[in-house]
Parts: sequence; C-alpha cells; structure tokens
Amino acid sequence: MATPGRTAAARTGLLRYWRTLKRFWGSALASQMEYQVNLLIEVVAMAGNLAGSLLLLWLIYGRGQQLGGWSLEEALVVLGIYTLLDGVSSTLLRPNLGAIVTQVQQGTLDFVLLKPIDSQFWLSTRTLSPWGLPEIVTGLALAIGAALRAGARPGVATILGGALMLLSSVVILYSLWFVLATTSIWFVKTWNVTEVLRAALSAGRYPISAFPAGLRTLFTVVLPVAFLTTVPAEAILGRASSHWLLLSVAVAVAALLFSRWFWRLALRDYTSASS
Amino acid sequence: MRIWNLGRRLHHGGRVARALFSSQYALMLEYRAETALWALSGLLPFIMLGIWSQLAVPPAGLEPGHGAEAGGIGLDQLQLSRYFLCAFVARQFSVAWVVYAFEEDALQGRLSPYLLQPLQPLWRYVAAHLAEQVTRLPFVVLIAAVFFLLQPAVLWIPSPGRIVATVLAIWLAFTINFLLQSCIAILCFWSERASALERLLFIPYLFLSGLVAPLEVFPPALRAAAHWTPFPYMVAFPAQLLAGQPVPIAASFAAMVGWISLLLPITLLLWRAGVRRYSAMGA
Repeated sequence: MATPGRTAAARTGLLRYWRTLKRFWGSALASQMEYQVNLLIEVVAMAGNLAGSLLLLWLIYGRGQQLGGWSLEEALVVLGIYTLLDGVSSTLLRPNLGAIVTQVQQGTLDFVLLKPIDSQFWLSTRTLSPWGLPEIVTGLALAIGAALRAGARPGVATILGGALMLLSSVVILYSLWFVLATTSIWFVKTWNVTEVLRAALSAGRYPISAFPAGLRTLFTVVLPVAFLTTVPAEAILGRASSHWLLLSVAVAVAALLFSRWFWRLALRDYTSASS
Repeated sequence: MRIWNLGRRLHHGGRVARALFSSQYALMLEYRAETALWALSGLLPFIMLGIWSQLAVPPAGLEPGHGAEAGGIGLDQLQLSRYFLCAFVARQFSVAWVVYAFEEDALQGRLSPYLLQPLQPLWRYVAAHLAEQVTRLPFVVLIAAVFFLLQPAVLWIPSPGRIVATVLAIWLAFTINFLLQSCIAILCFWSERASALERLLFIPYLFLSGLVAPLEVFPPALRAAAHWTPFPYMVAFPAQLLAGQPVPIAASFAAMVGWISLLLPITLLLWRAGVRRYSAMGA
C-alpha cells in the first residue's frame, strides 16, 4: 500500500524521467537532422532488403510450396514484424547500446554512473536515430495489410493481443541487446557480439514452423526468436492461443528483470578504464 | 644487369611481404575472441539450410519415389547440406572489411604516416585480411566438425582437383570482394560516410551470391541476370565447386578474372584521384 506522499514522489519521479526523455530525443533529433543523406540511404537499404526478402518468398511460394504451413500472406505478416523490429533496432537499440562499448573503452561510463538518474535508463535512451522510422512504419503497414488479406478480422481482442505481443517482442529484443552490450564491462572488445545476435535473429524473417525440429527448439527455448516475430504474427492473425500470449508476456518480463539484474551484477565488477 | 636488379627488387618485395604478414598475424592473434565471433556471425547459410531442407522434403501425400523432384528444387537433402556448408566456408574466407578499417584509419589520422611509407597502403590491408583468414581457419574447421558430427551422412571427400580449384576460386572471390570494397573505401577521401554505401552493396551480395538460396532455385532469366553481376562468383561458384556439383569451371574462372581486370584499374585510378584530394584529418 503506497502512502499518498510516496505516490506523489513516484509521480514526480516518473515525470522527471519523461522530461529527461524528451530532452534526450529532442537534442538527438536536432543533431541527426544535420545528416539527412542518411534518410535516403536507409530508405534505399530498406527497399533493397524488402525486395530481397520478397524475392526469396516468391521463389518458395512461386513453386507451390509453403513455409511450415503458412500461406504467403501469413508469412508476409512475419516479414512485416521482422522489418518493424529491425527499424526499432536501428532507431533505438543500435545507437544507444552500441555506444556502451565505447563508454567502457574510453572510461566515460564513470560520468554516466555519477549522474542522478538510473544508469540503465540513461544508457538505453540517451539518443535516437530517426532514420529507422520509415522501417517501423513500413513494417507495421506490411504486417497489418498482409493480415487483412489473410482474412484476419480486426476485433478488439485481436488488436489488443497483437499490440501486447508486439510490445513483448520489443522488450525481449531490447533485453537481449542490453545483456549482450553489458558483457562489454568484462570483455571490453566484444562489440561484434551484436553482429552474432543480428545474424541469429535473421531467422525471425520466417515463421518458426518453417525450421526443422532441432532449430525450432533452439529458436524457442535458447534464443527466443519465436517470441520476436512468430507469436506476434499469430496474435495479429487472431489465432494465438491464450497460453502462448501469457508465455510471451512472461518471457518479456523475465528478460527485462534479468537484464536489470545482469547490469547490477556487471556494475559490481566494474573498475573504471583509467584506474 | 637489369635482371639482377629485378631479382633484388623481388627479394626486397618478399621481405616486405613477410614482415607485413607476420606483424599483422601477431596483431590478429590478439583479437582471437573477436575473430571467433565474426566466424559465428556468418552462420546465416545454416539457418537458410534449415528453411530449404524443409522444402526439399516431399510434401505429404506424394510417394517418396518422387524424391527431390517433388520438393521441386532439383537438389536432394545431401546436396543441399553440402552446398550450404560450402557456402559458409566460401563466405568465411572471402570476407572483406577494408571499408571499416580504412574509414577508421582515415578519420583518426593514421593514414598520413602510411602514405609517407614507400609502400602502397592498400597492401597493408591485404596483409591484415590474409592474416585474419589464417586466424579464422581453426574456428571454421571447428564449426564444420560440429556440423559433420550432427549430420555424419553429409561427410564427403572432394577430389584433389576440386580442392585446388576451390582454393583458387575463393582467393579470386576474396580479390573481387576486396577490390569492390576498396573502391568504396577510397570514397572516404570525398565523403565521411562511405561505409553506408557498403551496407547498400551488401544487399545485392546477400541475395544474389547464393548465400540465402542456391542459384538453382532461381528462375532461368533471373539466374542469367545474376551472372552478369560479380556476386554469384563470390559464394555460389566456389561453394558448388567444393560441394562437387556440376558447374562451368572455365567460364566462371574467366568471368572472375574479367571482373578483377575491370575493378583493379578502377581502384588504382580512384586511389590516385583520392590521394590528390586528401587533406589529413586531425593534422
């Protein structure tokens, strides 16, 4: 039971974080606007990647085959969600979490730890690259459009379920990135772990049932690729069973808590670069 | 007299090459953990093998006698596994990252001393790449061994002729990759964001090189179009060679040599123009 005083304190605390977030992103946007050529490059890269993925799906479906029992439209929902998550990675995850390694190498992490704000929050939200936004919008549009063509009926439950699953998948993706970035506290030179993650996550372009049993288990239990794209796609298509929804939320919460615990553990071992 | 001079220059060149290679190799050994991670990040062909092998299985309802043809991709399970394993190997030993190394050197002002040395700086990067390939070798062998442990039926022994041809093909593939990337890297002299162009170059490479799908599954027109680009020669051709699949060997080698003789002069011309433009960073 929170006392009125504590609730008020919590509210001003949250408000402070919200105001900080607005400052962070405002200044990031202002500086990124200096590099508008990047927008062109990102849009061309996105179009190329989508065209390649569509080509691959066309090669498969064009000969009358199916990926693990999913129709073309249903597989496109998965591709849309993959594109959306890729956009989230380039908007928020890569610019912020990629910088942690540099902070550790150059010893500037000390200044972050001294700030009167949660260090995980600071490191995860400090900057924002708007050039991933077209990818987020396109991915979402593709997922919704394909789901409608696949015959999904947009009821309240479907929309809520889909939104909740997308939120969990973003949280899981964030936690994976953050945990990997955290390892740089111990092994300074491991920034390319994130490349390994990216390569493994590219399996998320396809529904998980398109893989042989061994890989399916690997991508569900060890590396939660299934929860990143397949489960949200099932939810958007309105056919996810409630226990998969619950499981996905549970995985997201557990992943977030783990990332928090792991960060604290890493900080306990942190000895600054200069000392 | 002239011949004696040439001999001395060759001898000198050999010494420079040996010194460059051994120093870069010592440097790369320091980064073994990173190299292992790079090797792991090339696992994409195995993921794609998972997808395609499910498709190679004949759909339920067709008798197994239909075999590969029912799967409709013209390759059976074993051939697919071998192809993607070889694609993985070909990719591992033809990777180039000269754009990133060059961009960092240029931005941090390390390029200026290199330019003063009586040695074309690109050779330094060639040596670094070759040294990195040597440090990569154990990890690639390890990954291949794990693959054979999981699927012992896939194990095969390529003929010695094919092995020699594959090594040559992978070196040529690396040369094409290196030259393509060097052209982009040299653009650093004009623009600070040349590495973004590399991302764009990677997209046709990814889909046309045979890394995500064997070229056999492409419709004939698209396959013919792909062969007008250098990309199929960079992964698919060495992979097919090593996997023992029928492939036009002489024509493919000719195409690779053709691409190299096109890219090499372009790289050198760009280099000369770029150095003339160069005004050191941080100087």
